[in-house]
Amino acid sequence: MRADPALIWAYLTQGPLLWLVATLTAYALGDACFRATGRQSWANPVLIAVALLGGLLIGTGTDYSTYFQGAQFVHFMLGPATVCLAIPMADNLPRMRRAVLPIAAGLVAGSLVAVVSALAIARGFGLPQDALASLAPKSTTAPVAIGISERLGGLPTVTAMLVLMTGVFGAIVVTPLFNLLGLRDWRARGLAVGTAAHGIGTARALQVNPTAGAFAGIGMGLNAVLTALIAPLVMRLFE
Amino acid sequence: MIPLLATILAFELIGEIASRAFDLPMPGPVIGMVLLLGAFRLWPALLDRLRPVGQGLLAHLSLFFVPAGVGIVAHLGLLRDYGVAMVVAIAVSTVLALAAGALAFTAVARLTGNAEEDEEAP
Repeated sequence: MRADPALIWAYLTQGPLLWLVATLTAYALGDACFRATGRQSWANPVLIAVALLGGLLIGTGTDYSTYFQGAQFVHFMLGPATVCLAIPMADNLPRMRRAVLPIAAGLVAGSLVAVVSALAIARGFGLPQDALASLAPKSTTAPVAIGISERLGGLPTVTAMLVLMTGVFGAIVVTPLFNLLGLRDWRARGLAVGTAAHGIGTARALQVNPTAGAFAGIGMGLNAVLTALIAPLVMRLFE
Repeated sequence: MIPLLATILAFELIGEIASRAFDLPMPGPVIGMVLLLGAFRLWPALLDRLRPVGQGLLAHLSLFFVPAGVGIVAHLGLLRDYGVAMVVAIAVSTVLALAAGALAFTAVARLTGNAEEDEEAP
């Protein structure tokens, strides 16, 4: 007497184990592709894993909340990992103290350009007001962006999606863009990607160079605060 | 291992409490990061003790974004309606923000005599 495979499947899809294994496996596959291509930025492991898992959820008709019950254990680790960004920052503290003015300039320029240009383009396409509010904080780390979006009248889940698209796009484009511009200062490259593409950009910077990673962490942390302050002001210009 | 993990999580917890108690614009983990940086100043030995666990976590930072990223499947309808506008807005503004941030940094670094010579990108 064998159990019905459909029953086993029904049991597994409702528990956290299956989706936890799927998340880790999809990321391992994405990371293997990333390594196999010689760490090319377009073979972004987050993008590959999201595409695989998205296809799997749609293919099996599983809704996102069921998936998230398993994946929440991985999601939870974002918090402690963010706290740990203090380690590369502490290692680079003397260099950061010497570069306070360049950091401030890069942060303010990157943060303002990110919010103003995104809203101007979206406005040009005729996006409605709640979509603009959802888009405004897209360069900040997800939990902050969601808080800002709510305060501006945006849709939090849409903001989470836009934040992710921004991070993945920034992580993919950063290395070729800066090589094209001839920017060779790891501090500038790191700070800019942390400011424009938050944690996913920071993860990319950490893979490339420890100094870039530390400055990316600074950019991400400071931009979370700065965007919370400037996004409401910039939004007023687009009302 | 366990005391080190507990230390990291405790900093996040204090950050979460501070974020809510004082209604700060920064999320709990970012405040926890700032507090941990302060703790390294008071107790430098903590930095070397936390380094193996911390670097282990940071080596897989991208993995932790995957569950939130899969949330895109819940918004496929929205992408169909506004996808092109959103993708163009994100792509163009991210390229502009990256360039503006890095160029402003290097310009001010040069003006303040802070250009870095010792370690450069290829």
